[in-house]
Amino acid sequence: MRNTICSLTAISILIGMLIFSCQPNVSIKTAQYAVNGQKLYVTHCQSCHGLKGEGLGMLYPPLTDSAYLAENREKLACIVKNGMTGSVKIHGKIYKGEMPGNNELTNIDIAYILTYITTTFGNDVETYTQEKVKNSLANCRM
Amino acid sequence: MRRQLITYLSILALSSFFVACSGKSEKKLPIIGERTTEERVVDGKTVVDTIYHQIPSFSFINQDSVEITDKDFDNKVYVANFFFTHCPSICPTMQRNLLKVYEKYKDDEQVSFLSHSIDFKYDSPSVLKSYAEKLGVTNKQWQFVTGEKRDIYGIADKYLVYTKEDESAPGGYDHQSYLVLIDSQKRIRGAYDGTSDEQVAQLFEDLEILLKEQ
Repeated sequence: MRNTICSLTAISILIGMLIFSCQPNVSIKTAQYAVNGQKLYVTHCQSCHGLKGEGLGMLYPPLTDSAYLAENREKLACIVKNGMTGSVKIHGKIYKGEMPGNNELTNIDIAYILTYITTTFGNDVETYTQEKVKNSLANCRM
Repeated sequence: MRRQLITYLSILALSSFFVACSGKSEKKLPIIGERTTEERVVDGKTVVDTIYHQIPSFSFINQDSVEITDKDFDNKVYVANFFFTHCPSICPTMQRNLLKVYEKYKDDEQVSFLSHSIDFKYDSPSVLKSYAEKLGVTNKQWQFVTGEKRDIYGIADKYLVYTKEDESAPGGYDHQSYLVLIDSQKRIRGAYDGTSDEQVAQLFEDLEILLKEQ
Protein backbone atom coordinates (compact mmCIF):
# COMPACT_ATOMS: atom_id res chain seq x y z
CA MET A 1 0.00 0.00 0.00
CA ARG A 2 2.72 2.40 1.03
CA ASN A 3 4.72 1.42 -2.01
CA THR A 4 1.77 2.18 -4.26
CA ILE A 5 1.33 5.62 -2.76
CA CYS A 6 5.04 6.29 -3.11
CA SER A 7 5.16 5.29 -6.76
CA LEU A 8 1.93 7.17 -7.54
CA THR A 9 3.41 10.32 -6.02
CA ALA A 10 6.61 9.87 -7.95
CA ILE A 11 4.74 9.36 -11.22
CA SER A 12 2.54 12.41 -10.71
CA ILE A 13 5.57 14.55 -9.88
CA LEU A 14 7.28 13.32 -13.04
CA ILE A 15 4.23 14.03 -15.19
CA GLY A 16 3.88 17.44 -13.58
CA MET A 17 7.51 18.26 -14.32
CA LEU A 18 7.07 17.14 -17.90
CA ILE A 19 3.99 19.30 -18.44
CA PHE A 20 5.49 22.39 -16.87
CA SER A 21 8.88 22.04 -18.47
CA CYS A 22 7.22 21.78 -21.89
CA GLN A 23 5.20 24.95 -21.42
CA PRO A 24 6.81 27.89 -23.14
CA ASN A 25 7.42 30.98 -21.14
CA VAL A 26 4.15 32.65 -22.17
CA SER A 27 0.74 33.33 -20.65
CA ILE A 28 -2.30 31.19 -21.37
CA LYS A 29 -3.75 33.99 -23.49
CA THR A 30 -0.63 34.25 -25.62
CA ALA A 31 -0.57 30.49 -26.09
CA GLN A 32 -4.23 30.52 -27.18
CA TYR A 33 -3.57 33.32 -29.65
CA ALA A 34 -0.60 31.43 -31.05
CA VAL A 35 -2.60 28.20 -31.49
CA ASN A 36 -5.34 30.06 -33.38
CA GLY A 37 -2.68 31.93 -35.32
CA GLN A 38 -1.01 28.74 -36.45
CA LYS A 39 -4.15 27.60 -38.30
CA LEU A 40 -4.49 30.96 -40.02
CA TYR A 41 -0.77 30.99 -40.82
CA VAL A 42 -1.10 27.66 -42.65
CA THR A 43 -3.93 29.07 -44.79
CA HIS A 44 -2.64 32.56 -45.52
CA CYS A 45 1.14 32.62 -45.12
CA GLN A 46 2.73 29.19 -45.21
CA SER A 47 2.78 28.64 -48.96
CA CYS A 48 5.33 31.43 -49.42
CA HIS A 49 6.96 31.76 -46.01
CA GLY A 50 7.17 28.04 -45.22
CA LEU A 51 6.22 25.68 -42.41
CA LYS A 52 8.99 26.97 -40.15
CA GLY A 53 9.00 30.54 -41.45
CA GLU A 54 12.08 29.73 -43.49
CA GLY A 55 10.96 31.60 -46.64
CA LEU A 56 11.89 30.37 -50.12
CA GLY A 57 15.23 31.21 -51.71
CA MET A 58 15.43 34.92 -52.40
CA LEU A 59 11.79 34.97 -53.52
CA TYR A 60 10.11 35.17 -50.13
CA PRO A 61 11.95 36.32 -47.00
CA PRO A 62 12.12 34.20 -43.83
CA LEU A 63 10.10 35.32 -40.82
CA THR A 64 12.80 34.25 -38.39
CA ASP A 65 14.74 37.52 -38.10
CA SER A 66 13.81 38.35 -34.51
CA ALA A 67 15.66 41.68 -34.65
CA TYR A 68 13.53 42.75 -37.65
CA LEU A 69 10.35 41.55 -35.91
CA ALA A 70 11.21 43.51 -32.77
CA GLU A 71 12.24 46.72 -34.58
CA ASN A 72 9.21 46.71 -36.85
CA ARG A 73 6.67 45.44 -34.35
CA GLU A 74 4.45 48.47 -34.95
CA LYS A 75 4.38 47.93 -38.71
CA LEU A 76 3.70 44.18 -38.75
CA ALA A 77 -0.11 44.31 -38.80
CA CYS A 78 -0.01 46.89 -41.57
CA ILE A 79 2.23 44.60 -43.65
CA VAL A 80 0.03 41.54 -43.13
CA LYS A 81 -3.13 43.44 -44.06
CA ASN A 82 -1.87 45.61 -46.94
CA GLY A 83 1.13 43.72 -48.25
CA MET A 84 4.49 45.22 -49.03
CA THR A 85 6.49 46.51 -51.99
CA GLY A 86 10.10 47.52 -52.43
CA SER A 87 13.03 45.94 -50.66
CA VAL A 88 13.47 44.63 -47.15
CA LYS A 89 16.62 43.53 -45.32
CA ILE A 90 16.25 40.20 -43.52
CA HIS A 91 19.17 38.36 -41.89
CA GLY A 92 21.46 40.77 -43.75
CA LYS A 93 20.10 39.94 -47.21
CA ILE A 94 18.05 42.26 -49.39
CA TYR A 95 14.75 40.80 -50.63
CA LYS A 96 12.99 42.62 -53.45
CA GLY A 97 9.50 41.77 -54.47
CA GLU A 98 5.88 42.30 -53.88
CA MET A 99 3.87 40.79 -51.08
CA PRO A 100 0.12 40.72 -51.69
CA GLY A 101 -2.11 42.07 -48.93
CA ASN A 102 -4.60 39.97 -46.97
CA ASN A 103 -7.48 42.36 -46.93
CA GLU A 104 -9.97 39.71 -45.87
CA LEU A 105 -8.32 39.20 -42.48
CA THR A 106 -10.03 40.76 -39.46
CA ASN A 107 -8.13 42.50 -36.65
CA ILE A 108 -8.44 39.49 -34.37
CA ASP A 109 -7.16 37.18 -37.15
CA ILE A 110 -4.11 39.41 -37.61
CA ALA A 111 -3.55 39.45 -33.84
CA TYR A 112 -3.60 35.62 -33.80
CA ILE A 113 -1.26 35.33 -36.78
CA LEU A 114 1.26 37.87 -35.48
CA THR A 115 1.26 36.34 -32.01
CA TYR A 116 2.07 33.01 -33.64
CA ILE A 117 4.82 34.46 -35.84
CA THR A 118 6.49 36.63 -33.21
CA THR A 119 6.46 33.99 -30.46
CA THR A 120 7.27 30.96 -32.62
CA PHE A 121 9.72 32.31 -35.20
CA GLY A 122 10.84 35.34 -33.23
CA ASN A 123 11.61 35.31 -29.52
CA ASP A 124 8.69 37.39 -28.28
CA VAL A 125 6.71 36.24 -25.25
CA GLU A 126 3.88 38.77 -25.41
CA THR A 127 0.54 38.68 -27.18
CA TYR A 128 0.25 40.83 -30.29
CA THR A 129 -3.04 42.31 -29.12
CA GLN A 130 -6.02 43.54 -31.11
CA GLU A 131 -5.29 47.06 -29.86
CA LYS A 132 -1.80 46.82 -31.36
CA VAL A 133 -3.31 45.70 -34.65
CA LYS A 134 -5.71 48.64 -34.57
CA ASN A 135 -2.92 51.12 -33.87
CA SER A 136 -0.67 49.64 -36.51
CA LEU A 137 -3.43 49.86 -39.12
CA ALA A 138 -4.27 53.43 -38.11
CA ASN A 139 -0.63 54.47 -38.57
CA CYS A 140 -0.24 52.60 -41.83
CA ARG A 141 1.97 54.44 -44.31
CA MET A 142 2.69 52.23 -47.26
CA MET B 1 7.71 -31.08 -30.22
CA ARG B 2 10.93 -31.22 -32.17
CA ARG B 3 9.13 -32.06 -35.40
CA GLN B 4 6.85 -29.11 -34.86
CA LEU B 5 9.82 -26.86 -34.43
CA ILE B 6 11.42 -28.11 -37.64
CA THR B 7 8.20 -27.62 -39.61
CA TYR B 8 7.87 -24.13 -38.19
CA LEU B 9 11.44 -23.23 -39.06
CA SER B 10 11.18 -24.52 -42.60
CA ILE B 11 7.99 -22.55 -43.20
CA LEU B 12 9.76 -19.48 -41.92
CA ALA B 13 12.74 -20.11 -44.20
CA LEU B 14 10.49 -20.66 -47.21
CA SER B 15 8.46 -17.54 -46.62
CA SER B 16 11.56 -15.40 -46.15
CA PHE B 17 12.78 -16.75 -49.49
CA PHE B 18 9.60 -15.52 -51.20
CA VAL B 19 9.73 -12.17 -49.48
CA ALA B 20 13.34 -11.72 -50.51
CA CYS B 21 12.49 -12.51 -54.11
CA SER B 22 9.66 -10.03 -54.41
CA GLY B 23 11.86 -7.09 -53.49
CA LYS B 24 11.31 -3.48 -54.50
CA SER B 25 13.71 -3.70 -57.42
CA GLU B 26 11.03 -5.32 -59.56
CA LYS B 27 8.51 -2.56 -59.08
CA LYS B 28 7.59 -0.75 -62.27
CA LEU B 29 5.73 2.47 -62.73
CA PRO B 30 2.46 2.44 -64.66
CA ILE B 31 2.17 4.11 -68.05
CA ILE B 32 -0.56 6.71 -67.73
CA GLY B 33 -3.04 7.95 -70.32
CA GLU B 34 -5.17 6.53 -73.08
CA ARG B 35 -3.68 3.83 -75.25
CA THR B 36 -4.54 2.42 -78.64
CA THR B 37 -3.34 -0.56 -80.59
CA GLU B 38 -1.79 -0.66 -84.01
CA GLU B 39 -1.37 -3.66 -86.24
CA ARG B 40 1.77 -4.10 -88.23
CA VAL B 41 2.97 -6.81 -90.53
CA VAL B 42 6.44 -8.08 -89.69
CA ASP B 43 7.90 -10.91 -91.79
CA GLY B 44 4.46 -11.88 -93.02
CA LYS B 45 2.99 -12.03 -89.52
CA THR B 46 0.58 -9.53 -88.04
CA VAL B 47 1.89 -7.98 -84.81
CA VAL B 48 -0.19 -5.82 -82.49
CA ASP B 49 1.63 -2.88 -80.91
CA THR B 50 0.34 -0.79 -78.03
CA ILE B 51 0.58 2.92 -78.69
CA TYR B 52 0.88 4.80 -75.40
CA HIS B 53 -0.06 8.39 -74.69
CA GLN B 54 2.97 10.59 -75.33
CA ILE B 55 3.79 14.24 -74.88
CA PRO B 56 3.77 15.63 -78.44
CA SER B 57 6.50 17.85 -79.84
CA PHE B 58 6.55 21.38 -78.48
CA SER B 59 8.45 24.62 -78.72
CA PHE B 60 8.59 27.32 -76.03
CA ILE B 61 10.83 30.22 -75.01
CA ASN B 62 12.83 29.85 -71.80
CA GLN B 63 14.15 32.26 -69.16
CA ASP B 64 17.14 33.12 -71.37
CA SER B 65 14.86 33.82 -74.38
CA VAL B 66 16.17 30.65 -76.00
CA GLU B 67 13.89 28.20 -77.77
CA ILE B 68 13.29 24.99 -75.84
CA THR B 69 11.77 22.01 -77.60
CA ASP B 70 10.90 18.40 -76.85
CA LYS B 71 14.29 17.50 -78.38
CA ASP B 72 16.00 19.02 -75.32
CA PHE B 73 14.36 16.29 -73.26
CA ASP B 74 15.18 13.36 -75.53
CA ASN B 75 16.55 10.37 -73.61
CA LYS B 76 15.93 12.11 -70.33
CA VAL B 77 13.57 11.72 -67.44
CA TYR B 78 11.89 14.98 -66.52
CA VAL B 79 9.38 16.49 -64.16
CA ALA B 80 6.93 19.02 -65.64
CA ASN B 81 4.55 21.40 -63.90
CA PHE B 82 2.44 24.52 -64.45
CA PHE B 83 2.74 27.69 -62.38
CA PHE B 84 3.02 31.47 -62.60
CA THR B 85 5.47 33.76 -60.87
CA HIS B 86 3.08 35.90 -58.83
CA CYS B 87 0.79 33.00 -57.93
CA PRO B 88 -0.19 33.54 -54.30
CA SER B 89 -1.76 30.18 -53.51
CA ILE B 90 -0.33 26.74 -54.32
CA CYS B 91 2.71 27.54 -56.50
CA PRO B 92 5.21 28.52 -53.80
CA THR B 93 4.67 25.22 -51.96
CA MET B 94 4.80 23.26 -55.23
CA GLN B 95 8.03 24.98 -56.33
CA ARG B 96 9.55 24.64 -52.85
CA ASN B 97 9.00 20.88 -53.12
CA LEU B 98 10.24 20.63 -56.70
CA LEU B 99 13.34 22.56 -55.63
CA LYS B 100 14.12 19.74 -53.18
CA VAL B 101 14.02 17.24 -56.07
CA TYR B 102 16.15 19.57 -58.21
CA GLU B 103 18.73 19.89 -55.47
CA LYS B 104 18.94 16.12 -55.06
CA TYR B 105 19.54 15.55 -58.78
CA LYS B 106 21.55 18.68 -59.50
CA ASP B 107 24.20 17.98 -62.15
CA ASP B 108 22.67 14.56 -62.91
CA GLU B 109 22.23 14.81 -66.67
CA GLN B 110 19.55 12.13 -66.77
CA VAL B 111 17.06 14.31 -64.91
CA SER B 112 15.51 17.64 -65.99
CA PHE B 113 12.76 19.95 -64.86
CA LEU B 114 10.30 21.96 -66.92
CA SER B 115 8.04 24.62 -65.41
CA HIS B 116 5.47 26.18 -67.74
CA SER B 117 4.13 29.61 -66.87
CA ILE B 118 0.41 29.86 -67.53
CA ASP B 119 0.52 33.66 -67.17
CA PHE B 120 1.47 34.43 -70.76
CA LYS B 121 0.71 38.15 -70.22
CA TYR B 122 3.05 38.93 -67.34
CA ASP B 123 5.69 36.17 -67.20
CA SER B 124 8.11 37.30 -69.90
CA PRO B 125 11.54 35.59 -70.13
CA SER B 126 13.12 38.31 -67.99
CA VAL B 127 10.50 37.83 -65.27
CA LEU B 128 11.09 34.07 -65.42
CA LYS B 129 14.85 34.61 -65.28
CA SER B 130 14.62 36.69 -62.13
CA TYR B 131 12.23 34.15 -60.60
CA ALA B 132 14.54 31.22 -61.37
CA GLU B 133 17.56 33.00 -59.90
CA LYS B 134 15.72 33.97 -56.75
CA LEU B 135 14.39 30.44 -56.35
CA GLY B 136 17.97 29.19 -56.42
CA VAL B 137 18.12 27.56 -59.84
CA THR B 138 21.64 28.01 -61.15
CA ASN B 139 21.93 25.72 -64.18
CA LYS B 140 20.06 24.72 -67.32
CA GLN B 141 18.64 21.56 -65.80
CA TRP B 142 15.48 23.37 -64.76
CA GLN B 143 13.82 25.32 -67.55
CA PHE B 144 11.12 27.93 -67.06
CA VAL B 145 9.15 28.51 -70.22
CA THR B 146 6.49 30.73 -71.68
CA GLY B 147 4.73 30.71 -75.03
CA GLU B 148 1.56 31.36 -76.94
CA LYS B 149 -1.54 30.95 -74.81
CA ARG B 150 -2.97 28.14 -76.89
CA ASP B 151 0.35 26.27 -76.90
CA ILE B 152 0.80 26.41 -73.12
CA TYR B 153 -2.81 25.52 -72.32
CA GLY B 154 -2.79 22.92 -75.10
CA ILE B 155 0.29 21.16 -73.75
CA ALA B 156 -1.19 21.21 -70.24
CA ASP B 157 -3.99 18.99 -71.57
CA LYS B 158 -1.37 16.57 -72.87
CA TYR B 159 0.21 16.37 -69.42
CA LEU B 160 -3.33 15.77 -68.09
CA VAL B 161 -3.09 18.89 -65.91
CA TYR B 162 -6.05 21.27 -65.64
CA THR B 163 -5.22 24.94 -66.36
CA LYS B 164 -7.60 27.81 -66.95
CA GLU B 165 -7.74 31.59 -66.92
CA ASP B 166 -10.17 32.40 -64.15
CA GLU B 167 -10.73 35.86 -62.70
CA SER B 168 -12.21 34.43 -59.52
CA ALA B 169 -9.12 32.32 -58.75
CA PRO B 170 -6.29 33.79 -56.62
CA GLY B 171 -3.93 35.59 -59.02
CA GLY B 172 -6.29 35.17 -61.97
CA TYR B 173 -5.42 31.63 -63.04
CA ASP B 174 -6.75 28.29 -61.89
CA HIS B 175 -4.55 25.24 -62.18
CA GLN B 176 -3.65 21.93 -60.61
CA SER B 177 -0.41 21.49 -58.69
CA TYR B 178 0.69 18.21 -60.24
CA LEU B 179 4.33 17.36 -60.71
CA VAL B 180 4.21 15.11 -63.77
CA LEU B 181 6.92 12.49 -64.19
CA ILE B 182 7.86 11.83 -67.84
CA ASP B 183 10.09 9.01 -69.03
CA SER B 184 12.69 9.05 -71.81
CA GLN B 185 10.02 8.12 -74.37
CA LYS B 186 7.84 11.11 -73.36
CA ARG B 187 5.29 8.91 -71.62
CA ILE B 188 3.61 9.94 -68.36
CA ARG B 189 4.71 7.63 -65.55
CA GLY B 190 3.32 9.42 -62.53
CA ALA B 191 1.62 12.59 -61.28
CA TYR B 192 2.13 13.88 -57.75
CA ASP B 193 0.40 16.70 -55.92
CA GLY B 194 3.24 19.18 -55.38
CA THR B 195 1.57 20.56 -52.26
CA SER B 196 1.38 17.20 -50.46
CA ASP B 197 4.44 16.01 -48.53
CA GLU B 198 3.45 12.34 -48.87
CA GLN B 199 3.05 12.57 -52.62
CA VAL B 200 6.32 14.42 -53.03
CA ALA B 201 8.02 11.66 -51.02
CA GLN B 202 6.45 9.20 -53.47
CA LEU B 203 7.90 11.19 -56.37
CA PHE B 204 11.38 10.79 -54.86
CA GLU B 205 10.85 7.01 -54.68
CA ASP B 206 9.32 6.68 -58.12
CA LEU B 207 12.02 8.77 -59.78
CA GLU B 208 14.59 6.25 -58.53
CA ILE B 209 12.51 3.37 -59.90
CA LEU B 210 12.20 5.09 -63.27
CA LEU B 211 15.92 5.85 -63.47
CA LYS B 212 16.70 2.15 -62.92
CA GLU B 213 14.38 1.30 -65.81
CA GLN B 214 16.06 3.63 -68.31
